[in-house]
Amino acid sequence: MKAFTYEKAQSTADAAAALARNPGAKLIAGGTNLLDLMKLQIETPTHLIDINRLQLDQIEDTADGGLRIGALVRNTDLAAHPRVRQDYGVLSRALLSGASGQLRNKATTAGNLLQRTRCPYFYDTTLPCNKRNPGTGCSAIGGIDRNLAIMATSEHCIATHPSDMAVGMRVLDATVETVRADGAKRTIPIADFHRAPGNTPHIDNALAQGEIITAVTLPAPVGGKHLYRKVRDRASYAFALISVAAIVQPDGRGRFAYGGVAPKPWRVEAAERQTDAKAIAEATLAGARTSEHNAFKPLLVQRTLASVLQEAKG
Amino acid sequence: MNSVELSINGRTHRLQLDPRTTLLDALREHVHLTGTKKGCDHGQCGACTVMVNDRRINSCLTLAVMHDGDSITTIEGLGRPGQLHPMQAAFVKHDGFQCGYCTPGQICSAVGTLQEIKAGIPSHVSVDITAIQKATPDEIRERMSGNICRCGAYSNILDAIEEVAGVKA
Repeated sequence: MKAFTYEKAQSTADAAAALARNPGAKLIAGGTNLLDLMKLQIETPTHLIDINRLQLDQIEDTADGGLRIGALVRNTDLAAHPRVRQDYGVLSRALLSGASGQLRNKATTAGNLLQRTRCPYFYDTTLPCNKRNPGTGCSAIGGIDRNLAIMATSEHCIATHPSDMAVGMRVLDATVETVRADGAKRTIPIADFHRAPGNTPHIDNALAQGEIITAVTLPAPVGGKHLYRKVRDRASYAFALISVAAIVQPDGRGRFAYGGVAPKPWRVEAAERQTDAKAIAEATLAGARTSEHNAFKPLLVQRTLASVLQEAKG
Repeated sequence: MNSVELSINGRTHRLQLDPRTTLLDALREHVHLTGTKKGCDHGQCGACTVMVNDRRINSCLTLAVMHDGDSITTIEGLGRPGQLHPMQAAFVKHDGFQCGYCTPGQICSAVGTLQEIKAGIPSHVSVDITAIQKATPDEIRERMSGNICRCGAYSNILDAIEEVAGVKA
């Protein structure tokens, strides 16, 4: 690990000011992804701002019947919260399908959104990677891309965003609340939070320098059956090949978001007007760019969706 | 160097540490509690699992300075020779290890697993996530998936945990 200085932030304003002051600084909360990347010198912050003592660990009901989840709520606590289990089951299920018990006890809501890709070429520091070292090229294109994206890719990057939680939040139409050092607040729809790589794949999301996530809010519950189906190479503790988050209403209409196919939780609302899995999957993955190793993904999405729709009827 | 005060197995330790020191390295190299093991050092194997404020975490993926004032329990704090924690005794009885390297992490994780089930925290394999959870073999397997045993002692590890959970004599 490269040397860094360390401070504990006493307030969100404190943390935002410290972040704005230090271009080389990063916030640390759970640390489960950041420290992993620091050990590999993929992340090399010169200063760490520990935000664990900030009062951002509450889950509160909102006036419109929704839920406001503090940025520091641990993944375990979010998955186990009575209202999340009752009203937002797809989010609970998505969280529980990710990582391990130890990691979920530490990882936070905001940190989960901000985790970096698990593209093997991003992790291999001996090879070029535009996300790790802008302008060096993409080793994944033409490489072993079995786990990588087929939607919203560019000639510079085909990484996926690895979060399951974010896929659950996408199907729930969550919004991300942020604050900056000058006190300016904004809310970002989850659909606009993570970004397609384009020609700047090193920028994962819509946050500006010095901007801090304070909470994620969920709108009032929409009812229906909540399902999260994750397909992976092991039964547990592995990233998704593909995943489907679904909320299906009694009339069979649903909303669907997908993991493992794009640099962001993937959802095409227009496709949800279709009723059978094949039509929904085709409309969702129109224009997919697959390769030899991940050509199975569109069909796997379709079949997984068909299975989810079947389960929702039961 | 940063100053940090850790309560480890009931004893207070005041340490001066480079901020890069992980909790794992602080335990092993500074407090000389070498029961907690370094396996992958990347949160993938679970050998470094300890309890912090009664929750199991990977001690390799957290900095010691982030735990000022926290209460940490390692394998040495769960029980002692002659006064084993029930989970330690069950691992011995069921031969829940071969080389033993992953065992401290397995045992701390197993203790955390049963606490989490008791606290009603659901898992990926829970059929009804709103129901009270039970320590079934499927639940235990899923919840222990963050602990890898290269010797493959899994079936005996499962037997040991089931016994402590009271689902198997």
